[in-house]
Amino acid sequence: MSVDTNTVKRIASLARIAITDDEAGRLAPELGNILGWIEQLGEVDTSGVEPMTAVIPNHLRLRDDVVNADPLTGGGIRDALMTNAPQGEHGFFAVPKVIE
Amino acid sequence: MTELTDLGIAAIRDGVRDGTFSARDVATAFNEKVSAAKALNAFLVETPEHALAAADAADAARAAGKTLGPLAGVPIGMKDLFCTKDVATTASSHILEGFVPPYESTVSQNLWNAGAGMLGKLNMDQFAMGSSNETSFFGNVISPWRRNDGGHAPLAPGGSSGGSSSAVAARLCPGATGTDTGGSIRQPAAFTGISGIKPTYGRCSRWGTIAFASSLDQAGPMARDVTDCAIMLGAMAGFDPKDATSLDLDVPAWDRELSSDLKGKRVGIPKEYRVDGMPQEIEALWQQGVDWLRDAGAEIVEVSLPHTKYALPAYYIIAPAEASSNLARYDGVRYGLRDLPDGANLQDMYAATRADGFGDEVKRRIMIGTYVLSAGFYDAYYTQAQKVRALIARDFDRAWEACDLLLAPTAPSAAFALGEKSADPIAMYLNDVFTVPSSLAGLPAMSVPGGLDAQGLPLGLQIIGRALDEQGVLDAGLAIEERAGFTARPEAWW
Repeated sequence: MSVDTNTVKRIASLARIAITDDEAGRLAPELGNILGWIEQLGEVDTSGVEPMTAVIPNHLRLRDDVVNADPLTGGGIRDALMTNAPQGEHGFFAVPKVIE
Repeated sequence: MTELTDLGIAAIRDGVRDGTFSARDVATAFNEKVSAAKALNAFLVETPEHALAAADAADAARAAGKTLGPLAGVPIGMKDLFCTKDVATTASSHILEGFVPPYESTVSQNLWNAGAGMLGKLNMDQFAMGSSNETSFFGNVISPWRRNDGGHAPLAPGGSSGGSSSAVAARLCPGATGTDTGGSIRQPAAFTGISGIKPTYGRCSRWGTIAFASSLDQAGPMARDVTDCAIMLGAMAGFDPKDATSLDLDVPAWDRELSSDLKGKRVGIPKEYRVDGMPQEIEALWQQGVDWLRDAGAEIVEVSLPHTKYALPAYYIIAPAEASSNLARYDGVRYGLRDLPDGANLQDMYAATRADGFGDEVKRRIMIGTYVLSAGFYDAYYTQAQKVRALIARDFDRAWEACDLLLAPTAPSAAFALGEKSADPIAMYLNDVFTVPSSLAGLPAMSVPGGLDAQGLPLGLQIIGRALDEQGVLDAGLAIEERAGFTARPEAWW
């Protein structure tokens, strides 16, 4: 499996990771090796096999349909949520301008 | 009198309960050990006051004649993957540097509810991605073990729970939490001569545990012996409505039910685990393990797990795919690092933050995950891997028709030196060859020390059980422990 630097740059862009040309050049053979190694899965006959969706059989629970069913994961905790914000303003997360 | 820090979890629990010593004395003794062991780099944050507060609560409860919790007076180490309220939590990454959770993970809260105290947060491979603890942003953890060749080559404590394994092996704490995605409890336990169990997927809540690969991540204890693991796992496990995959089952009294009598048990030896190039010493230890289990009353049978060789490549599709999705949340907006170059727009900010905040191995896995999930490749890679995963689980189901437990080595080698494998990602990935299949199938599995190799380094044996049969796994672990008589410990140089 060979991966070229353009592919690396496209993947990095999809993953929102900035990379330099040098890094893309270094990563191309590295990712190529890993992808080449995992391609051996192609030789397994999986016809008629359903992809696994749950490793241990479990049923999907639904929480009660009420506000704040669980206080820890519910609402009303704005200030706690904001304590780690790199830039918080007026109770909101601030980001660079996205609309000119 | 034995030093307090030489005691394990059960001995500390009993001593505090009986009044042989106070919980405060125990906490103070371990706090001193932790603070004096900086050379191991096992702890990222020390929290002596947390350990002392829990100890004082235990001593006060005893003085008041109250019933003590199962871990009252036991100070432990907490892997830095668990969010701890008001205590910095980074998953050993730069991108979460400075993050102070406003909440407590379920597993750590369960431990505090049981009476345990926290000595500190333990170093690890960054976001639990690694097998040697060389991917931490805060430097390598050093194993307390050294080869007996007189050299001082720093050895890997295993990974990703390497701070946990190093700290327990060096007697800095009697037990520590670990997490296991593809072997991250078992392999470091094997490398450092301690015990560790990954329970069935869903036994321990994942809530508040920083996610790597959600369909695989499971928390578990690492401690000096099997009994201590059973006690600690009992405190960590339990149903949690906040985790959609948490199993709504009672937690068995694993420690009280422990029995090393294996009469009537059939132990399978998976023939595909005899991989090419396995060191003779590992092979010999495996055979020794067979003899020990037979001596404990078990019947030994050979079984086949035909898709074993595909477990690692399937894992290295599934785990990175899930990681690429889970780690999308680190974007410089809500918490953690923000890198905002001059004039940057929002997209530039995301890309700069993630480029600066993630280490090489994390980026590598996010990119592999992004690739295998991208349009046009999804079916060939991800869907195929999930099908192979189903086949691997089916292999185990078929093996359970012939046996109750499986015995295998934990890792294909003893601890290697730091730097020895870090240049070749695939060589590093191969470390997990014996631990990944049971992770993919969600099965309980544990490593117990079996002996030392010619270099004087510990080797581990692994027991894998049916889903929910932690008891069977722990029992067989105990049978090995009683026969191995493993008492070796690293000489303190740190």
